[in-house]
Order: sequence, then structure tokens, then C-alpha cells
Amino acid sequence: MKHLTEEQRLTIDMVRDVVTKEIAPRALELDETAAFPEHARNLFAQLGLLNPLLPEEYGGTGMPVLTLAMVLEEIAKACAATALLLIAQTDGMLPIIHGGSPELKERFLRPFAGESKLLTALGATEPNAGSDLLGMKTRAVRQGDTYVINGQKCFITNGSVADIIVVYAMTDPAKKAKGMTAFVVEKGTPGLIYGRNENKMGMRGSINSELFFENMEVPAANIIGAEGGGFKNLMETLTINRIFCAAQAVGIGQGALDIAIKHTRNRVQFGKPLAHLAPIQFMIADMATAVECSRLLTRKAAHLVDEHDRAAVLYGSMAKTMASDTAMSVTTDAVQVLGGSGYMKENHVERMMRDAKLTQIYTGTNQITRMVTGRELLFT
Amino acid sequence: MFAESDEIRIVTETIRQAAREKIAPVAATTDATGELDRDVLTLLWDLGLMTMAFPPEHGGPEQNQGTLLCIAVEEIARHCASSALMLIIQAVGSFPLLHGGSPELLARVLPRIVKNRELAAYLVSEPGAGSDVAALRTTAVRDGDEYILSGTKCFSTNGPVASYYTVLARTSDNGRNGLTFFVVERDTPGLTVGKIERKLGQRGSKTSEMYLDGVRVPVGNVLGEVDKGFLLAMKDFDMSRPAIGAQALGIAEGAFEQMVKHAKERKTFGQPLCEHQMIQQIIADSATKIEAARGLIYRAAAQFDNGQRNTKLASMGKLFASDAAMQITTDAIQVFGGYGYMQDYPVERMFRDAKLTQIFEGANQIQRLVIAREILKETV
Repeated sequence: MKHLTEEQRLTIDMVRDVVTKEIAPRALELDETAAFPEHARNLFAQLGLLNPLLPEEYGGTGMPVLTLAMVLEEIAKACAATALLLIAQTDGMLPIIHGGSPELKERFLRPFAGESKLLTALGATEPNAGSDLLGMKTRAVRQGDTYVINGQKCFITNGSVADIIVVYAMTDPAKKAKGMTAFVVEKGTPGLIYGRNENKMGMRGSINSELFFENMEVPAANIIGAEGGGFKNLMETLTINRIFCAAQAVGIGQGALDIAIKHTRNRVQFGKPLAHLAPIQFMIADMATAVECSRLLTRKAAHLVDEHDRAAVLYGSMAKTMASDTAMSVTTDAVQVLGGSGYMKENHVERMMRDAKLTQIYTGTNQITRMVTGRELLFT
Repeated sequence: MFAESDEIRIVTETIRQAAREKIAPVAATTDATGELDRDVLTLLWDLGLMTMAFPPEHGGPEQNQGTLLCIAVEEIARHCASSALMLIIQAVGSFPLLHGGSPELLARVLPRIVKNRELAAYLVSEPGAGSDVAALRTTAVRDGDEYILSGTKCFSTNGPVASYYTVLARTSDNGRNGLTFFVVERDTPGLTVGKIERKLGQRGSKTSEMYLDGVRVPVGNVLGEVDKGFLLAMKDFDMSRPAIGAQALGIAEGAFEQMVKHAKERKTFGQPLCEHQMIQQIIADSATKIEAARGLIYRAAAQFDNGQRNTKLASMGKLFASDAAMQITTDAIQVFGGYGYMQDYPVERMFRDAKLTQIFEGANQIQRLVIAREILKETV
């Protein structure tokens, strides 16, 4: 990776070292126990990695999106759920970074400085508002200096453990997109009720919660930006998070490819290593080509975000579709290359296959990302 | 359903109803606990499905054995692939016995197997011999009126619960022409159950390593001719590959049914999901693959029943149906979105179950080689 800057190289080297020593050895157990990656949280906090996007003026490192994409890829090679921990941290932070007033940032970003272990979450999805986010039913009604919020959210990553949750609610449903508002909700707010944590097929080392709001009172000062600015804020966040999802997918694909390549060199069938069989070579070639395409597209999209180029929307949606579809097919093929042993838990690729499926779904299903790509190309 | 005669139609309806009423309700529990429901196993025997490949005087059907096996497997796999696997492994494991056992041996063991409802297992795969059967290292050495078997077998479905095992072992140092089948009874000294595998899917079946350590069996336990075991294994594939295809077909149909139901019920962007053209594309592609798979599988089964060479169609059916099942289950989760990723809904289980159909009874890479070789033979 000659084109990396010195800073990127140092960061990646550090992450790779930590992943090898601390993350990879725990990946199987994390999946098995479906626990929260507490170990990674502590480790990342010590290394100043837990809140990579926290701006320098609030005590963070303000890591470029491109560098973070590389970091996520490195982590996801070994453990996608641990990469999701960092992605979830950006979920709840980006809306404030992009839309918050200086006072709001001071209140809610500053505490994440240094070796803070605080967690964030983003509450947008509802049982009847997944891809169709404007179908959101959660209502926020102003009463003096506070808003009273009622409704429910689902599948919220780190929802039940987050210290602050960015909650999207309709303040004026008649105005549709312009009637959605984003609020910062602190843990312990009366009326914030945790439902169950979901039992998922993959990415099991992360918590996804139901949240219920029953007459939850949030100060008007906790609005991110202005009333009615929520949808725009959410779209800005998703544009970037989609790229992180793509980077995670690239990592999952690369991790599975690495295991498949190692297996084809070691496994002897028909008198020679699998690597010498043409159908296997072609599979490996297609897997590697798709992963590399995904990586380059993802890094291009990430770079465009750093350049504040609007084309990030187009390239981000393309990267998310391509990288997640690639992760799904590459992991499925990696299990295939390992044969029966690939179907067994101890060889990692079956977990990667389960993990990969989520990347086709979250931060906008690939049907939505294709729609975004099509519209960006055809109508703007 | 594939029904050309009233007899087949009635059988299909009976199995379909039983599967829907008795097997579907416990499918999720079977997956979660890794234990096949005892009542389900009893039902499979009661319906005569566990003896589908047996001679008529021992519980098998008078005709259309291959077709009926596929129908039963398909109907059950729509709800629970693990339960369907019981039929397949019983047929596959019994095949060398039924088609290679001496009349005396069959007269002695078959009535007992049927009466006691004993399970079969098929011990062919080894750690060093998966796709490459000719690399088998388990040995069978003649010692007077006995053979002594030694070696390690892996990925044995029903290994821990079977009563009789058909074991392929090396009797001479002559590649694939030096392999012989034996039947080994469970309580034979030296036969032990090894590690029980933790699998991605089809978790309701127990898969284990099996150790043979100086296992002595009488010469009368030889199945077929000495050194001709490979041919018997290939004939077994002619029956089993359509059945694996039928399992994949059933899994695909189960996922498809869920997908369509959800697409009709779920509303997004103001209309049912099924009204979105992107979803209609997925539904159409899935249905087309299902019908194509059905055509291949039942033609292969009909050829088997008619005593025609069906190797090419059997491999095509297994290859196409399993790839279709993987794609359709992946897409079914996609149509469900976040919900599909949760273990509350059956599609994630079907996705995990589907992957095995691309691997076992000959990985799909092997099927392609078989198909090509058959074509090249035909066109000499």
C-alpha cells in the first residue's frame, strides 16, 4: 500500500497489531456468546480509536473518513462485529458534528474526548419505517422548553448501552421530510425504556435493541440544528455511514479470501494442493478481483467525503452496494472452497458469511442504495 | 409439487399436510437446540419415509422410489431441512447395504432395522478425502473370516445416533479401484464416536467424526464386490443427488413462500412491498429458478426410477437447485430487511441450511466436472 500517507500507515500498522493480538483471538467467542465487545471498547478507548471522528477542537483526532474506512476494513477482516462497534460510535456522533450548534457540540461532543468510554447510538429505524424512513411514527410535541416524545425504535445498534442516542422524531408529520427533527437523548432520561435485544443471525458481538419512548421529555436545547432539519441531517449521516458499512464489507470479504487462499495452499485433494485446480484458481481470482474493486470504490467514496465533494453520495451508494454484494458472494464462496470444514464454526468463514449478510441490509438496503445511485446518475 | 399420477398426488398431499402441521411448528426449536424432535422422527417412520429406498417387502414403495424420495424430501425441507436430511441420510446410508448386501445379510438385518426403526449413517468422507474419494485411507485388512477396519471418518451425519454404518475402506492399494463397502453395527468393538461438529446450519442433525480402531466384521458384511466400492458409491449418488437437489428445492420454496407473504403484507412508501418493481424482479427470478430446478430434479429422479443412466441430470439438478437455494434464501432475507436477519423469522435459518446443499454429496465444483465428463463421454 505505497499510496498511504505516513499518518495512515502508522495508524493501520497500529490497528493491524491490535487486531492480530487482541481482536482476532476473541472473534469466535464473541460470536458464540453474543456479548458486547467490552474488551475492544476498553482497548480502543486507550488507543484513542473509540471516537475517531471526534473533531480536534473537541479533543478528538478528527480522523479523515478515508483513514477510518481503512481502519474499519482492518478490524472487519478479523471480526466484523468489533468494526461495528466503531461504526455505531460514528452513527451517534456524525449528526451532532454536522448539525449541532457550538453549545450542543460542547455539551455532547466534549465528553467523548480523551480516553472516554462513552457510547453513542442512532435511533431512526422503526418497525414500520426501515427503508421508508419518512414512514416514521415517533412523535415529538413541544411543550414550553421541552419536547415530549412518544414512539418506538427497533434494531438500534448499541441502543440499550449507549450514553447518548440521537433520536429522530416527527415534529410536524404533515410536512413529511421537513417535519422530522433530531434530538440528543441522554441515558437515564425518564420515559426512555429499553425493549429486548435482538437475537441475530450474525454480527452477534453487537447489541441491537428495541427502544420505547413513553412521554419522554427532552429539552428543546437538545435539538440538533433546527426543528424540521432531521431528515437532511439523517441523510448526511447515512451518506457517510454507508461508506463505513462498505469498508466493513471489504474487510469481511478480504478476511474470508485470506482464509480461502490459505486453505487452497494447504489442502491436498487429487494428489495436489487445491490451489493447483483450475476451478479453484478461478474462484479465488473472481473473489480477489471483486474485493479489490470494492476496496478502491469504497476508498474513492471516502476520499470524496473528505474533499466535501457531493459526488460522495453517488460513489458511497455504489460502494455500499458493490462491497456488500461482494462480501456476501465472497464469503459464500469461501465456505465453498473450505467444503465441509467451512460449514463448521471453528473455521471462521461461516461466521463471516453470516456477518456479510447484514451489510446488504443496514445503512440502507441494497435496493435503496441502488435507487440512490440511479437517481444520482439520472436526475442530478 | 410434481404430480403426474393420482398416486403421487395423494402421497404428496399427505406428506405436505403432515409437514405443515407437525414439522413446521418445531423447526425453529430443532435448529436452536440442535436436537431433532422425537415426534418428528416417529412421524417420518410412521409415514414410511425412512424406508423410501427399501425393498417393498421391507417398507419401501413398489415403484418410483427415487421420485417419491425427492417428493418427501422436498415437502419436508420447505419447513425443516434438518428433518428432510433424516430421509436422505437413511436412504444414502442404506443404499450400499440394500444394493450390495448378500441375501442372507439382508434377510438377517432388514427386518430388525425396520422393526426397531434403526438409523443408518454413511462413513465415506475422511479428513484427507472429501471431494477426492480415491484418497481414502481407512483400511480393511482380511484376517481369516473377518476384515479388520481402521481409520478416521468425518462429517458423518447421524454418526452419534445411528445403529448401522456403511463404511467405505481401502482393501487394496489401487486408487478408486481398491475400495470396498462394509456394514458395521453400532456396538462393534473399536467403533467410537468422535467430535460432534458445531455447524452453520442443518443443526437438527448430528454430524460427527467416527473412529474405527481395529473394528472386526465378518466377511459376510462386505457390500457388493471387493474393490468395487467406488462404483457402488457412484450409483448411490445417482439416487442421492436428486434428493439433495430436492432438499435445496424445498428450502428455496420455503424461503420463497415467506418472501412473497411478507412482500404482500409489508407496506413501505405507501404501498405493499410487492408493488415495488424491484421486489417483483426478485420474486420473478426466484420463482423461475424454482421451476427450473424442479424440472431438472424430477427428470433425474424419473430416469433413476426407469433404470436409465441419470448421472448428468442428477448432478445438474443438485448443482442448479443448491445454487438457486443459496440465492433465493439470501434474497428472502433481503426482502425481509432487518427482520430477516433476526432469528424470530425462519428465513435466516433457511439461508444457513441452504449453504450445505452446495457442499455435500459432492461440492458443486465436483458436480460441474461430472456434468462435463458425462457430456464429453456422450459426444465421443
